Amino acid sequence: MNKTANSKAWLFVIPMVVLVAFNALIPLMTVVNYSVQETFGDNVFFWEGMKWFEQVLRSDRFHESFLRQFAFTGMILLIEIPLGILVALSMPRKGPWVSVCLVLMALPLLIPWNVVGAMWNIFALPDTGLLGRMINGLGIQYNFTQGPVAAWATTVVMDVWHWTSLVVLLAYAGLCSIPEAYYQAAKIDGASAWAVFRHIQLPKMKRVLTIAILLRFMDSFMIYTEPFVLTGGGPGNTTTFLSIDLVKIALGQFDLGPAAAMSLIYFLIVLLVCWIFYTLMMRGEAK
Amino acid sequence: MKNAKLLVTLLYILFLMLPIYWLLNMSFKTTNEILGTFSLWPMNFTLDNYIKIFTDPTWYNGYLNSITYVVINTVISVTVALPAAYAFSRYRFLGDKHLFFWLLTNRMAPPAVFALPFFQLYSATGLFDTHIAVALAHCLFNIPLAVWILEGFMSGVPKELDETAYLDGYSFWRFFVKIFIPTIAAGIGVAAFFCFMYSWVELLLAKTLTSVAAKPIAATMTRTASTAGYELGLLAAAGALTIIPGAFVIYFVRNYIAKGFALGRV
Amino acid sequence: MAEIKLRQVRHSYSRDHRKEEDWALKELNAVWQDGTAYALLGPSGCGKTTLLNIISGLITPTEGRVLFDDRDVTDTPTGERHIAQVFQFPVVYDTMTVYDNLAFPLRNRGMDSARVSARVGEISRMLDLESMLSQKAYGLTADGKQKISLGRGLVREDVNIIMFDEPLTVIDPHLKWQLRSKLKELHQRVGVTMIYVTHDQTEALTFADQVVVIYEGTVVQVGTPVELFEQPQHTFVGHFIGSPGMNLLPCSAADGATLFSGIPVQTTNAHKLKTNGRRMELGIRPEFIRFDNSGFDVEIVKVDDLGRYQLVETRRAENTIKMILAEGTPIPAENPRIAFDPKHTWLYADGWAVS
Repeated sequence: MNKTANSKAWLFVIPMVVLVAFNALIPLMTVVNYSVQETFGDNVFFWEGMKWFEQVLRSDRFHESFLRQFAFTGMILLIEIPLGILVALSMPRKGPWVSVCLVLMALPLLIPWNVVGAMWNIFALPDTGLLGRMINGLGIQYNFTQGPVAAWATTVVMDVWHWTSLVVLLAYAGLCSIPEAYYQAAKIDGASAWAVFRHIQLPKMKRVLTIAILLRFMDSFMIYTEPFVLTGGGPGNTTTFLSIDLVKIALGQFDLGPAAAMSLIYFLIVLLVCWIFYTLMMRGEAK
Repeated sequence: MKNAKLLVTLLYILFLMLPIYWLLNMSFKTTNEILGTFSLWPMNFTLDNYIKIFTDPTWYNGYLNSITYVVINTVISVTVALPAAYAFSRYRFLGDKHLFFWLLTNRMAPPAVFALPFFQLYSATGLFDTHIAVALAHCLFNIPLAVWILEGFMSGVPKELDETAYLDGYSFWRFFVKIFIPTIAAGIGVAAFFCFMYSWVELLLAKTLTSVAAKPIAATMTRTASTAGYELGLLAAAGALTIIPGAFVIYFVRNYIAKGFALGRV
Repeated sequence: MAEIKLRQVRHSYSRDHRKEEDWALKELNAVWQDGTAYALLGPSGCGKTTLLNIISGLITPTEGRVLFDDRDVTDTPTGERHIAQVFQFPVVYDTMTVYDNLAFPLRNRGMDSARVSARVGEISRMLDLESMLSQKAYGLTADGKQKISLGRGLVREDVNIIMFDEPLTVIDPHLKWQLRSKLKELHQRVGVTMIYVTHDQTEALTFADQVVVIYEGTVVQVGTPVELFEQPQHTFVGHFIGSPGMNLLPCSAADGATLFSGIPVQTTNAHKLKTNGRRMELGIRPEFIRFDNSGFDVEIVKVDDLGRYQLVETRRAENTIKMILAEGTPIPAENPRIAFDPKHTWLYADGWAVS
């Protein structure tokens, strides 16, 4: 669209800027403030420079949380994206069942995150939960409150259950936008189902898939409530991901300095990856 | 081939429904029955859990509080986003691209980073434990989202519509309210849907900024799990009730979901 | 190669098709000669795309059989019917190069790369695509992409029929002519049956050997462009073809004589009338009306001088009669009287020429 230059446009934008800045800039300034100072209480602060940053970046605890987070995000992306595409391809494109499918699939997305955690908690309990009983009934020792492997597995499956539908809905929307003529032409050209996927469906879905991957990366990297309610970060700290660790330090221990430094490092990592994706996406769009 | 597709779809939906069914199952049992016997459906069907929730103010206030701040947030977010999105869509101004990017970065902010600063900020402004506090806090990521979605829809409306209206003698605000907004009604629906969704499901900030008066249902539920011991049946019922607003909203906007997603602007 | 026979073909898109309106394509029996260029002409929604898709196999007709060279192909899938189709907007495989696009149908059928290379080369030369073979298909202009679509159809050696579904819709106006000539040239070179669906009479009349005019799901006439112009068998043909189309005037007919607005008019076919229809009309093209003092009087409403000809709009008793006169023909200032050429005046009963 041909946009007109208009400096009065700022008036339109001011209410939004005020509200977002209030929530974004002031807290961020606070965080930056804490990250470079030390306090021993009574609102007395001492300048500490980069000390907290160094401490965090060197701490084993941070490394471990970071690696756990990366592993978790990697796992769920590897499962949710292909699974989402697969389900989107399988869904009916027309007819009365489309609405039903979409509504049922969207349901997990609108459940409060703590309820998701609580639901899976109840579901996976080894003695009273359906899943717990089933797995133990098969002879496998399963207790997500005690075994790290079980805890990881349950957390990953819970996230897959929770968020795959987002990928499905996005991929499905991408698929629906492909005009019928493409499929007809492919029939005439004698293309196999795999060729149709590779040359027609996948390219047309590229844009929505990039958005899906970006969103899932971001949201899974910031995950807090669901694993917290499910496992509390345990057993021990085996499922303590970055956000859980940060909240423990900030609100639990009130270690303002390290918490603030960690917050900034955390935020910067997310920003970096998002910026990479954003640039890739814009480049794709400009083509 | 068609049967394989049907099977995948059915299996997936079954997978999604299983934990929900289990939750419902639990919600109709007493805690004694849950701990005592294991059954796929309630042996002694009871509505006690639900009755407790509907009659005990600590419980039903939780729902009312949650719905209140979610609605407030949705209204604020969409209202503030509308003019801003219009500006991004139609005008070039100093710093517009950078402003837009800065907006998106807020959507990417880990809530955990903001937990403590928000606690201090909202306490300092005397807004702690109010509905407006949570509503405002959620604006951090909901307003950028709403602007992003609305800008996408607005860019699909040609500028000629605006120009024709001005030629016909409409003032800007009359044009905006009477012509433009009905045109992008679908976009407003999608934006409102996502604001509702992300505010309704978010727990960390909602819990951090409230204690008693504006306590969301999520916080009430976690309290149950830790202090009064494992009142599983009650917990299950509370959880089941939180699914209803979501189901309701999806049903309402089911036609817009596909349309909105198709713009790729989630 | 392929003579197409359609036997009692009818198609409805709705499941419950009891009413006449539910049928998108009403009963159709046709024989289409091999190697001819056909145009399916008609307004939007008249059923021409439905007919095209029935022939190509993308739709199975609700009733009737489709035969290629007397072989029943009604249940044969599209990929096995040896047809190619070019769609309204360009369908290309964006991620592949022009070469790979053209090679795609051949590779899917297992042709070896040497032969593929030869065929692709030949077809790309025919379509002036040779210089772009290594480019990604994505970056081409709309007409380039349509040529690729066309190329994918031509590249297969076993193609007997090529179908076009309004292929020039997205092409720039000044390139439409170019592409149209190219299609005509190709038809003369390659000699396959070509079926071209359009709602644009210029495209139809310049491309086709035979034009099939379709109106509301029925084939109203099949003929050469000249036949359609001079002997329209249906009022729709008369009014749709020609610019402006045929004048249609209400009339009454009895005992071999036709009366328009009280004036007896000579026609080519009134003597064949057996029973009156509910709606009787007189059809005469603007080109075949002259000012003539032995005719009947009219009132002149408007005269447009369009350079090489003049368009005169006249009126008699609430009926508008349009005339086309050569440049410079004098227009009477007083008491204008016009006459119809009887050899080109037709009588229509309920839309159909009386025969």
